[in-house]
Amino acid sequence: MFFRALALLAAILAFAPPASADARSDSKAQVEFGIKVAQNGLWKEATYRWEKAVQLDPTYAQAWNNLAIGYEHDGRFDDADKSYQRALKLDPKSVAIRQNYDLFKEINDRTKRRRDR
Amino acid sequence: MTARSAAAIASLALLSATGCTNFYEVPIETPIQAKLDVSAFRRVLVAGFISGGSDDVDANMETVRLLRSQLRSKTNLRIIEAEPLPLVQLAGEQAAKTAAAPAATPAPETPATPGALPATPPAAPAGEEAKSPTSKEGSTVRTKKDLEKFDRIFADAAFWKKLGEEYESPLIVTGTVMFTPQQTSGFVNEQREVYDQLGRRQVIPTRTYKERKGFVLEPKFVFIDGRTGATIYSETYRREVLYSSQQTTPALASYFELMDQLLPDFLGALSTQKIRGTRILLR
Repeated sequence: MFFRALALLAAILAFAPPASADARSDSKAQVEFGIKVAQNGLWKEATYRWEKAVQLDPTYAQAWNNLAIGYEHDGRFDDADKSYQRALKLDPKSVAIRQNYDLFKEINDRTKRRRDR
Repeated sequence: MTARSAAAIASLALLSATGCTNFYEVPIETPIQAKLDVSAFRRVLVAGFISGGSDDVDANMETVRLLRSQLRSKTNLRIIEAEPLPLVQLAGEQAAKTAAAPAATPAPETPATPGALPATPPAAPAGEEAKSPTSKEGSTVRTKKDLEKFDRIFADAAFWKKLGEEYESPLIVTGTVMFTPQQTSGFVNEQREVYDQLGRRQVIPTRTYKERKGFVLEPKFVFIDGRTGATIYSETYRREVLYSSQQTTPALASYFELMDQLLPDFLGALSTQKIRGTRILLR
């Protein structure tokens, strides 16, 4: 009995996908749902989904990018800045992330200058 | 179209061309928080401006009218419709009175008729009495230095408090507006197209002497708490526009062109502004 259970467990472990792949696919599901709701203007829900996505897989650059956009839309500039930077660190070659960050930085810098005046 | 938005479109086109469907362009509105917390006020009085410079534009009237219409459409504040104060005259009259009165004698209380200056008028510096701003020649403000004579009116809390009491303690918007014509001449760098004997096009940098004219707009917006008369915030701007000397642009058109550039900053002091743009969501 014991050996049979052990064999079953070994079989499950052998055929199961690695844990990191699970995290990425779960995270991807959250990201996709976030995109859908953001396209319908439900930014709070989208941001919540992307927050979940980066919790599930903190190495997912695209999720950090989307989360940064969500924060930006909410006026949370510090959080957006950190998230963009995280996204760029994970995927420094992404043209889209770089472009989003540049556009955000332009607004953020202008706001800071105004505040300092 | 700015270089940056052109680059954005180009990179999007590139992404599309490569058949990449893992991105979604979405419109976003980035909110910019107001610089001032005006939640304590439900009403705003654009009182009037000390204006000067060009005679072609009544900068006081135009600024009052423009700011009221902008505040009405872009903020939740209720606009008080009152005659704009002729601040140059009021401050000038009071300055002249103070200068004429003996230094030791306190200034007498002025009647509190609407629009008139109350108790403590700003004193003009000694020696400026002769060219009082209310005299025929002195009533016009020509330079920034002329404006300085009146500047202290904004620190006169008693005056603004009294005005505030008349209108149930609103937020008061006032300040100075200098709108001056300017003319410049000098060498300007230009690119000139030339064709050689073989018909090949070349672009040669040249320096051309040019005469240009235009206007400078220098407003200072002062926000005053109508309950206390104290200045909450003030901000000064400067914008200029130059046209070729052959071009005839009406002064009023230039005034609005320059004010258009400043309005987002002015409104940004009082209410949250939204900047529209697009971002790329990724899968």
